[in-house]
Formats: sequence, structure tokens, C-alpha cells
Amino acid sequence: MSVKTMNVQEIAKRVVNKEDLFVLDVRNEDAFEDWKMEGDNFEYLNVPYFDLIEGIEPIQDKVPTDRDVAVVCAKGGSSEFVAEQLVEAGFDNVYSVEGGMKAWSEHLEPIKIADLKEGGELYQFVRLGKGCLSYMVISDGEAATIDAVRMADVFINFAEEKGAKITHAFDTHLHADHISGGREIAEKTGATYWLPPKDATEVQFDYKPLEDGEDVQIGSSKISVQALYSPGHTIGSTSFIVDDQYLMSGDILFVDSIGRPDLAGLAEDWVGDLRETLYKRYKDLSDELVVLPAHYMTNDEINEDGSVGKKLGELYQENHGLNVEDEQEFRRMVTENLPPQPNAYQEIRETNMGKISPETEKKREMEIGPNRCAVK
Amino acid sequence: MDINKTLDAKGLACPMPIVKTKKAIGDIESGQILEVVATDAGAKSDLTAWCKSSGHELVDMNEDDGVFTFYIKKG
Repeated sequence: MSVKTMNVQEIAKRVVNKEDLFVLDVRNEDAFEDWKMEGDNFEYLNVPYFDLIEGIEPIQDKVPTDRDVAVVCAKGGSSEFVAEQLVEAGFDNVYSVEGGMKAWSEHLEPIKIADLKEGGELYQFVRLGKGCLSYMVISDGEAATIDAVRMADVFINFAEEKGAKITHAFDTHLHADHISGGREIAEKTGATYWLPPKDATEVQFDYKPLEDGEDVQIGSSKISVQALYSPGHTIGSTSFIVDDQYLMSGDILFVDSIGRPDLAGLAEDWVGDLRETLYKRYKDLSDELVVLPAHYMTNDEINEDGSVGKKLGELYQENHGLNVEDEQEFRRMVTENLPPQPNAYQEIRETNMGKISPETEKKREMEIGPNRCAVK
Repeated sequence: MDINKTLDAKGLACPMPIVKTKKAIGDIESGQILEVVATDAGAKSDLTAWCKSSGHELVDMNEDDGVFTFYIKKG
């Protein structure tokens, strides 16, 4: 009997539109606890597929019949196996999620943030499965990426569709929670790959060092991407101000939290930099800048149009991490009781440095799980 | 370690390694050892969790160049 499938685009649509969905997650319990498809109106049932090999009796009464049920596993095989049995038992509202959590983790939803000067455009790519945010500035046939994630072809194809060629790929810092697509984009398109040199002391490939105050023009209409040294999450962390209106804050400042300083092992050393950046450097910027971070943590941070971002002035009012007066208290907040470190973060850093070159399948495994770059 | 039965699950993707393991463990006696050889990286966490939930003991496990070998003592 054939099983109906649901693709991750459909699930992304339901997340953004806050539609409902019953998720039957058949991965083992640890995996589910750690990371799942998050939707405001999603309901969940987690029963590992290996408890359903003999039959679906254990869940027969728990699966609704009056709305869509999405069965999901790690890669799509076990969900199909379980969905098949549900269909045989008479459920006609059951779908197997194509490609499973792996596909969910890789799905990117491009959202237009704004029209820039003289016909330029700014897009945000929301990676719903991992909470990563990447950016593309397009102007007059040229494009630049900022913090592009591993799926390089998505960015290359998107630029092509817009009639643009990627000429610059920027990373705000050396990422520890996901594999950067910046280098692959540069290799495939001939674009210049920029990294902050202080994060790149160990990298094994050619890159262009990104220095404070660097101003790169995209297209002849001169959309400016201006680098602002803003250490704290890493020692090299650099923000970008695009078109004098948008602040790409990398992993330094998020909408509802701030960056953690420990993923390169130097929390104690970098906490001072983090405070300086958040309480001084950023404070000197215009309140009107729209902060566009490299991550979000929960769906509460997603705006109505599906984008993530907020004015700097509002963040200084609302974001707890920007309102800790006492320096000692701040120090404690960002160095103690930190959330667990991201899955395989050391290997991810080494991959981003070019020290190791895992196969695609291995890279996918390394990126499994949520991002954990923030403290709240 | 005395191995009473070996299951070759190489090249199989989820859920087959566990489906076959479950079948194979039915062929041995309590206390005996089933060796499972698999290449699906997901088998690692799934077999561990399955053993826990079904009362068998994962006695040992090793990985060599993408090939995982598990030793399961029937509960």
C-alpha cells in the first residue's frame, strides 16, 4: 500500500503560518527530547519506531483521525514503515515526512527583508530546522552572502534566479554550531571569501581578511557592506551594517538573547569583549538599525512575515541580555549554567577551518540537533 | 566473547537493521550473544535505545571505517 508523503516545504509553511499539525515522531526518546520540528500549533507524540515493529496497537488510540498526522524519523525510512502500518489500519490522514529530520534540518526558507537603495534587495534565509539565519544582498547583478549555511547550492541557485552572480561571501565569525557554506560558494562561483583574521589563525585555505571599517560595495548601485569589529562570541566576531539600515549581528546579539562566549573554550577571556561590544560599541549605533542575527532560538522570535529581526532601540528596551547593569552579574550569566554545547562543535569548527573534510553524510550527522549559541 | 549468531545488516537503512535484529534475537536463547554488523550511522543510537527498552544488554560496540559492530546479550 502506498503512503502519502509530506515534504519539508509544507511543514515550513505550517510553522510560518502557525497552522496545526499532529507530529508523530518515531525517533528514540533522547533524540526527540533534544530536537524536534517546532511549530506553535503542533501537537506531538513520540514513540520510537522499534516499539512499533510488531504493530501499531500501542499508538492506535493516540493518533487522531480528524486532522493531518505527519510521521517523522531521522531520514524518512522508519516513518514510512510506521505510516504504512497506520494506513493499513485505516488511517487516511497520515503522511510520512520525506527525508525526515535530515531534510528538515537542511530546508531554507528565503524571505525578502527589504528593498535597498537603487533597486537592491536584501533576503534572509531561515533554516527553520536549526534556527540558523543567513543573508543575501543583491544589487545590480551582483550578490553577497553573509553567514551562508552549508547548503551552498541553494544560495548559488537563488542568486542565479535573480540574475545575479555571487561575488562576495562573508562570515561574521568562525561558526561552531553549523558548517559554513561560504568557502564552497566562493570555490564554485569565484567569489571572495571573507573571514575575520582573528578567528582564522588556524584555517587551511585562502581567504580575505575582514578588518574593522572595511567597506565593500555590492553592484554598481553601491550597496555598502560595512564591517564592524564586535568581539565576544569569538575573538574575531565582526558585524555588518548594510545600506546604513541593517545590522547583521552574527552570534553576538539575538532578538531575545545574547551570544555565548565559550564555544572556542575561552569564556573567561572573552566575556569582557562581549560586554564591551553589547554595552558600548552597539550602543553607539543608531537605534533605528534593524538587527538581523545569525540565529533565533524559539518561534516567538519569528515576525509575522516569517522573518527574524528587530530594531536595535527596541532590543535595548526588551532584551534581558542588554539590561544587566552589574558587570559581575553579567559575567556570571554568560559563563555559568550555560546550555549544553552544540553537537560535534569541535569537529564543526575544524571543518570550518579546513582542517578536516568530512563527507556530506558525515557533515549532516555533525549538524544534527538545535543551535545552542545563546544565553538568555 | 562467544558469539551465538551473527546478523549482517550492512547496507540496510532504518528501520531494517532493527527489524532484522529483533527477528534474529528470537532465534537465540537468553544469555546468548547476537553480533550485528551495520553501516547505517543511525543504528548506533537506535540499537542502544532499543536494547534498553526491550530488556537486552548491549555488551560492546565498535566502529571501524564506517562499519559498526554490536554485541547484544539476549535478556
